[in-house]
Amino acid sequence: MKGQRWLGPAMFMPAIFYIVALVGVPFVMAFIYSVGDVKIGSEGYHFVGLHNFISVLKSPSFSQAVKNSVIFTISSQILVLIGANILALALKEAFPGRRFMRFLILLPWVAPVSVGSIGWKWILDSVYSVVNWVLVRMHFVKQFEAPVWLGIPKLAMISVILVHTWHMLPFATVIILAGLTAIPRDIPEAAAVDGAGFFRTLFQITIPMMLPIINVAMLFGVIFTFTDMTVIYILTRGGPFDSTQVIPSLAFFTGILGSDLAEGAAISIFMVPLLVIVSYFVLRTAHRAEVT
Amino acid sequence: MARPARAVRKVVLWLVRIFFALMLAFPFYWMLITTFKRSPDLYNLKNNPFLFNEPPTLEHLRLLFNETLFLRWIGNTAFAGAVVVIITLVLAVPAAYALARLTGGWGAQLGIGVFLTYLVPPTLLFIPLSKVVAMLGLQDSLWSIILVYPSFTIPFSTWLLMGFFKSIPRDLEDAAMVDGLSRWGAFLKLMIPMSTSGILTVVIFTFTLVTQEFVYALTFISTAAHQTVGVGVATFLVRGDVFYWGSLMAGCLITSVPIGILYNIFLDRFIEGFTVGAVK
Repeated sequence: MKGQRWLGPAMFMPAIFYIVALVGVPFVMAFIYSVGDVKIGSEGYHFVGLHNFISVLKSPSFSQAVKNSVIFTISSQILVLIGANILALALKEAFPGRRFMRFLILLPWVAPVSVGSIGWKWILDSVYSVVNWVLVRMHFVKQFEAPVWLGIPKLAMISVILVHTWHMLPFATVIILAGLTAIPRDIPEAAAVDGAGFFRTLFQITIPMMLPIINVAMLFGVIFTFTDMTVIYILTRGGPFDSTQVIPSLAFFTGILGSDLAEGAAISIFMVPLLVIVSYFVLRTAHRAEVT
Repeated sequence: MARPARAVRKVVLWLVRIFFALMLAFPFYWMLITTFKRSPDLYNLKNNPFLFNEPPTLEHLRLLFNETLFLRWIGNTAFAGAVVVIITLVLAVPAAYALARLTGGWGAQLGIGVFLTYLVPPTLLFIPLSKVVAMLGLQDSLWSIILVYPSFTIPFSTWLLMGFFKSIPRDLEDAAMVDGLSRWGAFLKLMIPMSTSGILTVVIFTFTLVTQEFVYALTFISTAAHQTVGVGVATFLVRGDVFYWGSLMAGCLITSVPIGILYNIFLDRFIEGFTVGAVK
């Protein structure tokens, strides 16, 4: 049993060290940069206080980005949760072809999101959009008045929300499905025997029992949506006129492409409060698991 | 009463399933049909886009493989993926075992702490990391992402493997140690062979996470020839403002489907990583 005391730490310290060096240190650096004057290629560091934050808060692009981030996150998460619950209920029981259908349904989550978004860019193309072809054929719009999905502010926002929903829906569905299959079958069945109808069983038994798992799907969904920029970067680059700019994409354009690392860092710091809140709730769920 | 209601329910369930399957899989079907269509057919508004109005062609695939860096990107991704897998396994497997077995109560706490770092997004870390990468002289090199990717593959893998090690009964190791193996020996000769399926899961996930990552690769690497397939197809196949939709969709399809199949096989375990605590 000798030597055991150091064996444990010796086995986990390398991993912890890696994570501290490449997550912990840059996390702290982001804060330090946000109160400094670092640019790409610049040397040295001067403390500038809240200068970057003041300039960020004054910029119209930033307030637009905050507003867009909130709209983007909330609307796509509402759509995801509604869709995922319906879909999970429809997939719960065994049916012929279930495996294949699960594969089809999962594709938007498992395929690289950058590549899936390019698919949508083609589907929503300004001239050759298949969506518009159908709309024209069904006489909803005229040939040359068809909507330019990614070129008009409101439509662009709707498009990126729908594409992101498309990407996140399978993830929420499988999480909720895992929760559904864990509900003991006899409880809804007993309710049915007692005369409760489908909707009554759904709203008074199934959904309340599902709440913890829906919470998990929502927490991860919120964090993966609020901090992501891939769909938006590929479909609209934040345009037209910042109408789909969100906090992470603005941080990218300012900090990396605009080479103002300090201001980019200041922008990205605005994601931290939400990160802290979500982490708190994730911790709470994890601790509940420890206790029971 | 009951019989028609059941039939209606069945029809509704199928309608829901088919609706979602069509909506979710449509872009991939669209990639498939675009890949094999001739350009004049693609760019003719009078044609029905759902049909082949001209015979199918392999021209877009030929262009993709012969005249773009597609194969190079696949090679880059495979190489980066393999190195990241090795780094992840070397660091995460012992860490997960130690946190699950050797550290008592606070090991679990530390494990949760490690998992939480998975939630810190690339879009918060990319700015400082771009400076770190530059200081190490790795900018515009595949090694920049090889260095950075384990920072999210290790947390998730450690978390998954911890659950895995915990599910193996302690008695097995105790028996092996009574028979003369050291703790380290028991880990190497007993636990690792018993966890092959957990380790395989980690290999697949690490690899798919590498393929799916976009933000870091976009930030650190600027030369097309050094890119991974996810960023290469999505940003470098567009020349100027010209989209070669046929080849572009072929690249998207070839990138998506194999990864989709791999990931699909191991998905249930991956989801377990997220649902610990809410599903028992």
